[in-house]
Amino acid sequence: MSHHIVEFQDVHFHYPDGTAALNGLSLRITHGESVGIVGANGSGKSTLLMHTNGFLLPQSGSITIGDRKLDKKTRQEVRKKVGLIFQNPDDQLFMPTVFDDVAFGPLNLGLSPDRVRECVHEALETVGCLGLSEKPPHHLSGGQKSAVAIAAVIAMQPDILVMDEPASHLDPKSRRALINLLMHFHHTKIIASHDLDLILDVCKRCVIIKEGRVIADGPSEEMLSNRRLLEENNLELPLSLQKRDFSPGGDMDEITKLHHLLGHWAEHNSEHARTYRDWAKKAESLGRKDLAELLLRIAEETVAMDRLFQDAMDLCR
Amino acid sequence: MHMADALLSPAVGATFWAGTLGTIGYCARKLKENMDEKMIPLMGVLGAFIFAAQMINFTIPGTGSSGHLGGGMILAILLGPYAGFIVMASVLTIQAFFFADGGLLALGCNIWNLGIYPCFIAYPLIFKPLAGSGASPKKITIASLISGVVALQLGAFSVVIETLLSGRSELPFSTFVLMMQPVHLGIGIVEGFVTAGVINFVRASRPEILESAASARPLSGGISTGRVFAGLLIAAVLTGGALSWFASSNPDGLEWSIAKVFGKPELPEKETGIATALKSVQEKTAFLPDYSFKKPEGAKERGGPSWPSVDPGTSVSGIVGSALVLAAVLLIGLIIRALRRKSACRTK
Amino acid sequence: MFDNEYFNLGYLDTLSYRDTVIHRLDPRAKLIATVLFIVTVVSFPKYEIAGLLPFFLFPVLLFSLADVPVKFILKKVLLVSSFAVFIGIFNPVIDRRIVYSLLGVPVSGGWISFLSIMLKFFLTITSALLLIATTSFPGICHALQKLGLPEIFVSQLLFLYRYLFVLTEETMRIVRARDMRSFGGKGKGMKAFVHLAGTLFLRTVERAERIYQAMLSRGFAGRLHSVRSYRFSGADAAFVGATIAALYLFRAHDVVGAIGRFSMRVF
Repeated sequence: MSHHIVEFQDVHFHYPDGTAALNGLSLRITHGESVGIVGANGSGKSTLLMHTNGFLLPQSGSITIGDRKLDKKTRQEVRKKVGLIFQNPDDQLFMPTVFDDVAFGPLNLGLSPDRVRECVHEALETVGCLGLSEKPPHHLSGGQKSAVAIAAVIAMQPDILVMDEPASHLDPKSRRALINLLMHFHHTKIIASHDLDLILDVCKRCVIIKEGRVIADGPSEEMLSNRRLLEENNLELPLSLQKRDFSPGGDMDEITKLHHLLGHWAEHNSEHARTYRDWAKKAESLGRKDLAELLLRIAEETVAMDRLFQDAMDLCR
Repeated sequence: MHMADALLSPAVGATFWAGTLGTIGYCARKLKENMDEKMIPLMGVLGAFIFAAQMINFTIPGTGSSGHLGGGMILAILLGPYAGFIVMASVLTIQAFFFADGGLLALGCNIWNLGIYPCFIAYPLIFKPLAGSGASPKKITIASLISGVVALQLGAFSVVIETLLSGRSELPFSTFVLMMQPVHLGIGIVEGFVTAGVINFVRASRPEILESAASARPLSGGISTGRVFAGLLIAAVLTGGALSWFASSNPDGLEWSIAKVFGKPELPEKETGIATALKSVQEKTAFLPDYSFKKPEGAKERGGPSWPSVDPGTSVSGIVGSALVLAAVLLIGLIIRALRRKSACRTK
Repeated sequence: MFDNEYFNLGYLDTLSYRDTVIHRLDPRAKLIATVLFIVTVVSFPKYEIAGLLPFFLFPVLLFSLADVPVKFILKKVLLVSSFAVFIGIFNPVIDRRIVYSLLGVPVSGGWISFLSIMLKFFLTITSALLLIATTSFPGICHALQKLGLPEIFVSQLLFLYRYLFVLTEETMRIVRARDMRSFGGKGKGMKAFVHLAGTLFLRTVERAERIYQAMLSRGFAGRLHSVRSYRFSGADAAFVGATIAALYLFRAHDVVGAIGRFSMRVF
């Protein structure tokens, strides 16, 4: 069964002014995958996203979403499956209060008022914004706005989440919160972004496009550590993989690559250990000594593991 | 210029509210019949655009004073009369709430003065015929200029009429008109130029936007002039009816202003029939039967503009009473504040 | 100037989302009470002063019960007073008949009617501002719809309210840039304005396009639905009832005169 598959087959699209935005693009995404779409400005990323729910229809080639071929007739149905989250949350949140905005989609699906309230509640709970329900969007911070925009889309219970530059309006802390949120979603995810670190964190697979065509497609860690490939496409290594003293032009050998990957994998270890210890304290204050002890052990193991990572990284030098 | 609650009588305020609400209802029905759903967000955001643009001041050449955009003409040209009017009405409503421009009773008058004339008079009867379909920038400038001036002149004249009919101001008709119309001639010219400027700017840089706005709006063939006149006629009859009702019950309102306008103390003869008939209806239905019950005992029948004669006894007790009432009101406020502070402290 | 207006707007809006006895009342109840109040105040004849004084009880009660900052509202009232003052000030100039003698000082009819206009102005404008300071605008819109205004008009108000803050902020940035680069009045003329407004317009249309897409992607098919349910409770009915009773008392009876006579008899 072809469950929640997104398939582009040789899709061509050019705008009325003659710009060819998609030039025979083919891409196949299966259920549960998380895919990052990267490419320089004007490479066709946004046009690609606009095709996923039928704002734009291919001029030649075909797009299949789930088991439906996307066309004028099916796009209304397809939109129920594909939740598109736009770059600027101010454009996305158009209703006067957070509640009304999140309820907008479920209401259009024709759900009963009680069911709508449930959906809104669940969606806001998922993104941790339950307390904001009665606020107007212009009273929210940037991070809250983008969280609510995501709630508004997941309230429709789509199978596929499509996002255009989800973190471009966010400060570092809100960006980190968003990344954590996205990592917990089990939807199929398609994320277009220049924020390669975000892609590296959230997406297992990465697709590089250029001039409306797929140039490279593979595991994110491989794609995004390939310095030459990235630079050929007006991109650069994710910041977490960059080392300032890199000699320019030199390609990475496998061991150097491993060194950076190790750094990336180990990035949050000490932070996690701290969190486990905090929770251990909390558990203790609640009288759950058993839990507290276990958490402390986990924390110790994490620190030990972090030490192993450091050793491995030393060996790579 | 925004009409203010304090210069209005309830009858005049209610009449213009009725006219405004009727027009909003009519436009809403028209839009419901045939409107591209794309228009819904476009209208809303353009309203916010007008609101924001109105807040920008610019200097008017040759005068040194500053002006700002009205927006009624731009909306009518871009969105057509029905959608344009709805958007203008919503802009004025938001202003009435958030800036208290004029107040809520006067809002009916303000929507009428600043919405009806550009959307239903100036646009269909002046702008469209003058600008034509394949208009040049020059034609658009001339058409916007004339329609801007006409819309503002009619609006200003309405302010005069509304004020006079309400009878709260002493300004004689002729002085008032001579004061309002020339000032608004200037404002109208500026409005016309700015309207033309914005429209031409959009035409030059993104002509397809004007086209798509024109195709999305419900009215392609143009508004029928006959309909407009029929509508206005009904509005005029309504206004007249309300005014004569008003004239019959309020001695120092219409009669006073009519006296100034016509130079004699009575209303023209033919009005009396309707007036007396309406008066009896009014006496049965009105919330406040007549204003005269408020007069002190000594009040005489009015001669000329009514003014209760005041005897010294009532006037002193009046002043004492006033002082006491104000003091009591203030005290109540202060007590509640103090109590609230206390309970707030306690909950903390 | 622009910045000030923008921040004032935002502050008033923030006030409306507070939580007090008055804020919790149904928007319909407050809207109806405010309209009745304004009509009653305005219904007083031209030369009325004493009869208007008891009506100050309403704003005072609202100010204190809803914890609205008095200074802020009064400043706003002063700001919009121009037209009423401008027209009203002709009354003392034109109507010079001496009708009253206040402790030996002669007072003309014109001054009395001017003062009456000012009192009415203060009462009506303050009550309108107090309404918005104690009721969120979406609440007012809901009340308007319940009271029979067309859906499309109400949805326009809501859209306008939503994007007002987004667009004024955007405009504020453009205006700041303009003012930063314009010296001695140059660059603030009509031509610059037209360019500025035109640019803003184009951006706005593009924004409308994006919003429309966002609406479509969430299943928009021409109607804006709502599941909000405000309940008109006993407290709301009591509030409206008490307002009507007080308005009637103050309008139909000479409260000030009665209190004055009573107190003179006592002392």
